[in-house]
Amino acid sequence: MNDNRLDNSVGLVQPQRFHFDQPLTLRSGKALPGYELMVETYGELNADKSNAVLICHALSGDHHAAGYHSEDDQKPGWWDTCIGPGKAIDTNRFFVVCLNNLGGCGGSTGPVSINPETGKHYGPDFPIITVRDWVNSQVRLMDRLGIGKWAAVAGGSLGGMQVLRWAISYPERLHHAIAIAAAPKLSAQNIAFNEVARQSITSDPDFHDGHYLEHGVYPKQGLMLARMVGHITYLSDSAMRAKFGKAFAALEGQTGNFGRDLRTGSLSFGFNVDFEVESYLHYQGEQFSEKFDANTYLLMTKALDYFDPSVDYGGDLSRAFAESECNFLLISFSTDWRFPPDRSRELVKQLLKADKQVSYLEIEADQGHDAFLLPIPRYVNALSAYLGNAHREICGDAS
Amino acid sequence: MRPDQEIIQRWIEPGSRVLDLGCGDGALLAWLQREKGVHAIGLEIDPVNIEHCLGSGVAVIQQNLNQGLSNFESGSFDTVLLAQTLQALDNPVELVQEMLRIGKNGIVTFPNFGNWKSRLDLLLRGRMPVSEFMPHQWYDTPNIHFCTVRDFDVLCRDGNIRVLARTVVNSHHEGRWAMKAWPNFLGEVAIYHLTGGEARSAKSQKKPRFEDRTARQG
Repeated sequence: MNDNRLDNSVGLVQPQRFHFDQPLTLRSGKALPGYELMVETYGELNADKSNAVLICHALSGDHHAAGYHSEDDQKPGWWDTCIGPGKAIDTNRFFVVCLNNLGGCGGSTGPVSINPETGKHYGPDFPIITVRDWVNSQVRLMDRLGIGKWAAVAGGSLGGMQVLRWAISYPERLHHAIAIAAAPKLSAQNIAFNEVARQSITSDPDFHDGHYLEHGVYPKQGLMLARMVGHITYLSDSAMRAKFGKAFAALEGQTGNFGRDLRTGSLSFGFNVDFEVESYLHYQGEQFSEKFDANTYLLMTKALDYFDPSVDYGGDLSRAFAESECNFLLISFSTDWRFPPDRSRELVKQLLKADKQVSYLEIEADQGHDAFLLPIPRYVNALSAYLGNAHREICGDAS
Repeated sequence: MRPDQEIIQRWIEPGSRVLDLGCGDGALLAWLQREKGVHAIGLEIDPVNIEHCLGSGVAVIQQNLNQGLSNFESGSFDTVLLAQTLQALDNPVELVQEMLRIGKNGIVTFPNFGNWKSRLDLLLRGRMPVSEFMPHQWYDTPNIHFCTVRDFDVLCRDGNIRVLARTVVNSHHEGRWAMKAWPNFLGEVAIYHLTGGEARSAKSQKKPRFEDRTARQG
């Protein structure tokens, strides 16, 4: 690589495949007879294995959180802004582990895997996976790596929900829980958006009740639509205005035109793509549909919808955290309307009620839900300060 | 450690739960955690201070005190601190009451506007006081509710708040005998140790004695 992409980067990385023979009983009552997890690690595990950090991915993420897979890779892993030497999650200090969750399409066992019982793709028969099931599978990976206690478990959005589940289900196995742009459970509005996404996939004629791989097709239009809807919820109004209001701003020296930049400079007076934002969403949807599996998308949205750790405690979330021993760091972003600051404050309140050590930051950011993936200085610096202190406390000063 | 913090720390029990409203860079809480093994949480709104807290292992919640403390359970802390922040609040009385709902006791410190220097500024110069411990001009001050030691005594009496102990310091020394004699005149910073006393008749309310530690048992 001849450019500066490798500055502060973990560089070229290679995923590893871990096989697990022991059956995993799922929340639904079904079981996976055995499974594989695709994993990437960055940095070095120290002698007493105290410097390990688990990264949990969100809806469309995978094990590739940082660095590059090949010389030609244009884009680094999904959280490269925060993971690397000298970065907030500093790979000079920490051993960072990220995996593709069960049901994913990044190489871990999921709907595109071959079902050993039938010799065909699991497809729609892959069991519904919950956040709890993911965490149970992550514990086995942890044991395989010989790690007794994570220095921290961190994640944004659906990743943050896994972090919360870790704190509830395995209180003795993490020092710090870092949940970013997360929520204690989905709102009706969140579920509604997920249902629109699912309907667009399942109503695509190429969906074939989920058996599309056997027909040699995939529900491209449905996936595109699902992603377009999802993408709108990840951005804020102001972020879209800024992103799609450039031409006007440059021309008039003004701050924006509500993001109404035209694609060709004039209206078509037809049902074509007139505005830049339309073209962008089409492009994003198309890109996504070519690399993501539709059944996985359905599973991930269900995992989101089902997440509610309070159900085992009569709806009292504070009781869910009663046994948690870790310290919590919660971060939200001002323009995130998918999981707005209020949802994080709800979590703070319940954690305080449960008498837990909790820190909470609300970052001013224009970028909406997506902000958790972006290099926003205050956010990244706070994460860095928090983890720097965690490393000193857990691993001593030698790093 | 600031002189007021030096006094505050004596009133905090080892191993207790401490909530600091407006914890700044977290230095006091970090010290209390280290030296007294307290379980501390700070509230703060300044991003630089918040980052300092995170970097020194102090749990900090970004929260504006003017928006209330309804997210805290009653009696969930032993001591709630409000150091040098009272005068900057929209509704100081409500917050003091909230402090004493959340904490078994509270510690409030504030710049004493009744200090002789302040009085002199007004009397001789006819100007709003500006000094080392109140460094702002009237138009850019965050301090919107100044009070004197005597004002705060009245607030406690009227609000059924028990004063466990009270002292004043100046910015250099802890109170000398003269300050004990004329706290409202000589003290620059007032420090109160409070509890949300049981209902009492006005008659039984004694004027708080200066540094009256025996009152704590009562």
